Amino acid sequence: MKLFKLSVVLFILMWLSACTTLGLGKKDTDAATDGAEVAVEDRSADSASIGGDNASGDAETTVIVGEDQYQGDELNDPASPLSNRVVYFEYDSSAVRQEDQTTLAAHAAYMGEHQNVTMRLIGHTDERGSREYNLALGERRAMAIRQILMLHGADIKQFQVTSFGEERPQAEGHDESAWQQNRRVELIYVGQ
Amino acid sequence: MTKRWLAAIWLLSMMVVPWQAHAELIIEITGGTEAALPIAVVPFGSEGIAAPEDISAVISNDLARSGRFAPLPKQDLISQPHEKEEINFRDWRLLRSEGLLVGKVSSVDGETYQVQFQLFDVYNAQQLVGKRYQVPASGLRRLAHQIADQIYQTLTGEMGVFSTRLAFVTAIANADGKKRFALQVSDSDGANPRTVLQSKQPILSPNWSPDGERLTYVSFENGKAEVFVQEMSSGRRDSVAAFKGLNSAPAWSPDGTRLALTLSKSGNPEIYILELATGKLSRVTHNSQAIDTEAVWMPNGRELLFTSDRGGRPQIYKVSAEGGRAKRVSFEGSYNASPDISSDGHFMTMTHGLNGKFYIAVQDLDTGAVQILTETGRDESPSFAPNGRMILYATEQQGKGVLAAVSVDGRIHQRLGESGTEVREPAWSPIRK
Repeated sequence: MKLFKLSVVLFILMWLSACTTLGLGKKDTDAATDGAEVAVEDRSADSASIGGDNASGDAETTVIVGEDQYQGDELNDPASPLSNRVVYFEYDSSAVRQEDQTTLAAHAAYMGEHQNVTMRLIGHTDERGSREYNLALGERRAMAIRQILMLHGADIKQFQVTSFGEERPQAEGHDESAWQQNRRVELIYVGQ
Repeated sequence: MTKRWLAAIWLLSMMVVPWQAHAELIIEITGGTEAALPIAVVPFGSEGIAAPEDISAVISNDLARSGRFAPLPKQDLISQPHEKEEINFRDWRLLRSEGLLVGKVSSVDGETYQVQFQLFDVYNAQQLVGKRYQVPASGLRRLAHQIADQIYQTLTGEMGVFSTRLAFVTAIANADGKKRFALQVSDSDGANPRTVLQSKQPILSPNWSPDGERLTYVSFENGKAEVFVQEMSSGRRDSVAAFKGLNSAPAWSPDGTRLALTLSKSGNPEIYILELATGKLSRVTHNSQAIDTEAVWMPNGRELLFTSDRGGRPQIYKVSAEGGRAKRVSFEGSYNASPDISSDGHFMTMTHGLNGKFYIAVQDLDTGAVQILTETGRDESPSFAPNGRMILYATEQQGKGVLAAVSVDGRIHQRLGESGTEVREPAWSPIRK
């Protein structure tokens, strides 16, 4: 058993020293930095103007919530339904829940009013079952969100749809509480 | 004893090739060796400079690991013959071992070794198979696996798969909490793991070309699922499918000229066939409401099995590679996905969902009979050994992904333990020609 433990320690040391030099495809893949995982398209000057800096003086984007007056782009207003950027799903389902309709209608309205805005929809699943099927299921969830946003006024040109299937869990656990956090679509305004 | 022995071999293999020791798998037999055939494997004689590999130990481990053989414990070996003249068959008959393997390794020069082996039928005092080889030191381990294949084939009548390889994906969480993914290839016993691709992004679905020279897989390195083909010997890799939407689930055709794959460029995941030489694409499925994915080729090269939820839940269907109407193949259980086919075309293995848990099952394609082979409820991604005897799959142990194997009759279970890394997506290579 001692030998076994020793070999584990040895292995780890060797691995640590080895992992910097390994990998034929290393050069290629290193180009995909963490930032590049969201393969952001070139931002036009137009889409940059939805940023808070330029928008503060724009009356159209001023929202009044209760008694507080939020000065700035409504996208950045924490009280706006637009601040909600994740939609969750039931197991093996791409049906959008009733409670998410308000959020989605708000995003659709915003996108309809700002045709220069692009949104990336990233679909995810929990870890159960086939990885390849889950990859397709994640895409189907993202497409379901796109469909609703289009019905409420967004244009198909404003979307990029991607799926990571079960490969990018939000919660790392192996139980229902983790799984329900992982069955989701992320709504990401490109350039925000 | 066994564990210690395995650890010793493991350590040895790391010392020989420390720069390759990235994620060593240790294979443990976890059950089902009751009916194994006793065989005497006498430690090989050594002449000249000692060989860097213990050939007879590698052979003995291979045979034991298959679950079909029970090599006699070393202390039970009554003598240490290395060739026929040194064998007293009458003595060996007392041990009730039908097979007796002897051999020797002699150094030709520091770099080259001559290896000879002879397998005897103890009762008839007859040689069943015997050969002599000359190999470089670096080829000794592979030669040991090839000898084990010949013994296996001689005594069982089936192809041995010890000299095949495994491809799999590892995921390691770095100190910064970010995962690093690697596509690795090892010997069939988990030794000599070699990283062939590293990425900060997920890697999925490795699949071997029929000649074992290339792998195709899905990589997210460009921010989305795309299909690549990589040559093992040179490391040269090509992007073969990077269309809008998903590019995934590649599967090599039996003649090696085409890939079946899943593309969602039409707006929905469909099965396509890509001709590798020309890049010509032909679409196989046309069901715009359903997920169609995970195509695998029937050995005849004319039909595909694939996963589809066109009936509401994922099930396995069969379709002509030319397209046309798909026929449902799986009927038991609410979830069947990730099909693989035995090389004789008679058996399908798949991930079988039952009450929210997932098992590896095998279905007789002639009779439709289904047998569930595993127990953890977190088993997925099965891959047939090229002789159809064993199924390699991914499972979970203490919340971590590990590989395991089960015989197609469910009798023999192996676990491929691993040192602290998440392992998944196994693919068993074809037999090397």
